[in-house]
Amino acid sequence: MRPLPELTPENTAFWTGGAQSKLMIAFCGACDKAIHPPQVICPACQSRDVSPREVAGSGTVYSYTVNHQPWLPDMAVPFAIAVVDVDDAPGVRVTAPVTGCAPEAVMIGQRMHIAFEPSGEVWLPLWTPLEGAAA
Amino acid sequence: MKAAITGTGMSDIGRNTGRPAMLHLADAADRALARAGLTLADIDGICTYPGKADNSPGMSPLGTGEVRNALGLQTCWHAAVPDGPAQMAPIMVAAMAVMTGQARHVLCFRALTESSSQSAGRRASIPGAGRAEIGGWLSWLVPVGAMSAANWAGWMATRYFHEFGMTREHLGMVALGERQFAQMNPAAVMQKPLTMDDYLAARMISTPLGLFDCDIPIDGAAVVIVSAADAAQDCRMPPLRIEALGSALRSQETWDQRADLTTMGAHDAAIDLWSRTAFKPGDVDVLGLYDGFSIFVPLWLEALGFCGHGEAKDFIAEGQIGPGGRFPVNTGGGQMSGGRLHGFGLLHETCLQLWGDAGARQVAGAKTGVCAMGGGFIAGAMLLHRD
Ligand SMILES: [Zn+2]
Repeated sequence: MRPLPELTPENTAFWTGGAQSKLMIAFCGACDKAIHPPQVICPACQSRDVSPREVAGSGTVYSYTVNHQPWLPDMAVPFAIAVVDVDDAPGVRVTAPVTGCAPEAVMIGQRMHIAFEPSGEVWLPLWTPLEGAAA
Repeated sequence: MKAAITGTGMSDIGRNTGRPAMLHLADAADRALARAGLTLADIDGICTYPGKADNSPGMSPLGTGEVRNALGLQTCWHAAVPDGPAQMAPIMVAAMAVMTGQARHVLCFRALTESSSQSAGRRASIPGAGRAEIGGWLSWLVPVGAMSAANWAGWMATRYFHEFGMTREHLGMVALGERQFAQMNPAAVMQKPLTMDDYLAARMISTPLGLFDCDIPIDGAAVVIVSAADAAQDCRMPPLRIEALGSALRSQETWDQRADLTTMGAHDAAIDLWSRTAFKPGDVDVLGLYDGFSIFVPLWLEALGFCGHGEAKDFIAEGQIGPGGRFPVNTGGGQMSGGRLHGFGLLHETCLQLWGDAGARQVAGAKTGVCAMGGGFIAGAMLLHRD
């Protein structure tokens, strides 16, 4: 079994937003900075007014890797992991496995949309290609 | 700086040795002390990375306490540094300890039994494996399937390839060069010739990184003795003066959020290093660069200014870093052919070169060396000079 994230007050919105199919990113209420990984203080202005906000759930692949090594006995390989620049959240990337296309079809610049799968108390993100969309 | 390396030693490292970590450690300590012309009674400080840890099998079986007990040390100062400028952190804080008078001769060590532990059926070095939950920076990687540093290095390499036209053959040249050096180093664990065909045909781990882009888990230990400058004068070998250290980090503690993932924390640490010395990259005779994965070598070369950003593939293809090159890297075989001692092996080899003790692979007249450890957001760099 792969470990799940420990839930904290600042990361719970991200890891449970999938229950409503929402990608929740932390933003500063004072300067509007997108903060990821989420934290309770804005690193830009030190405001404590940080709260999660739903974003569109789309993004562009910044990079990726196709994992071929079964690191755990129950791990099915190969699968692609994409590092995605998230729309509407400047500077924020969300890294997640890719579903909905062959691992070798993932490309830098590819447009993606978020999906989620429940696991324990959390909803793990997945990236899935936006059909017909180019970079 | 008023600190120097006066001795280094390595145990007979190997795969699946079945030997207790403490025997490896004791052998490495004996050899380092002999080289320094010191005895255990001279050692008054001890330091390690990361300290005893059992979260990954065999990754750090010994803490300072057990080693103090086993070697019968009576110390003025001790520390373990799990959260510092990469695996170099204990060397750095030992230098600060001797410069502030906390100790005169600090025994810094790294011991691993990853090979025996993995052979005994426990899984490879996967952080958090077997736990139900994980926190901190790893919680943004492991739960989403990015369980291994091979994945994290993999997406850095993918981006670098995309931006700069590097190919697997360039990384293959790094691996082949290290293997050629290893064949000149009886202590290296991999001695068989490695061809480009072998490299390209090996199984993929995490694209674009294959089996020979990864370092090799081993059992072994290395000891580095850091001494106060005045105390170093009494030692057997010429002191290797710590000319400068670089530890800066200007991005978040993550493997995926740094704005430009064709750079690493290495780039911040390297700028810091050169800002503290009059030496320039052109003054360097020999390099020990962290090679947990092959892609870290070109990134460190660029970080340290041996070539420009995006130029490492040509620098490597020109033969600059292999045997006979102007800037030989990881002359002991590195971690990919020598075995993974988490940077301590690279520092040991750099010191051997500066003492003229590197046998068939000796770089003639080497006096100045740079050693750099870490990947991703973890980075520490050191410039050593023999006066
Ligand atoms: Zn703010």
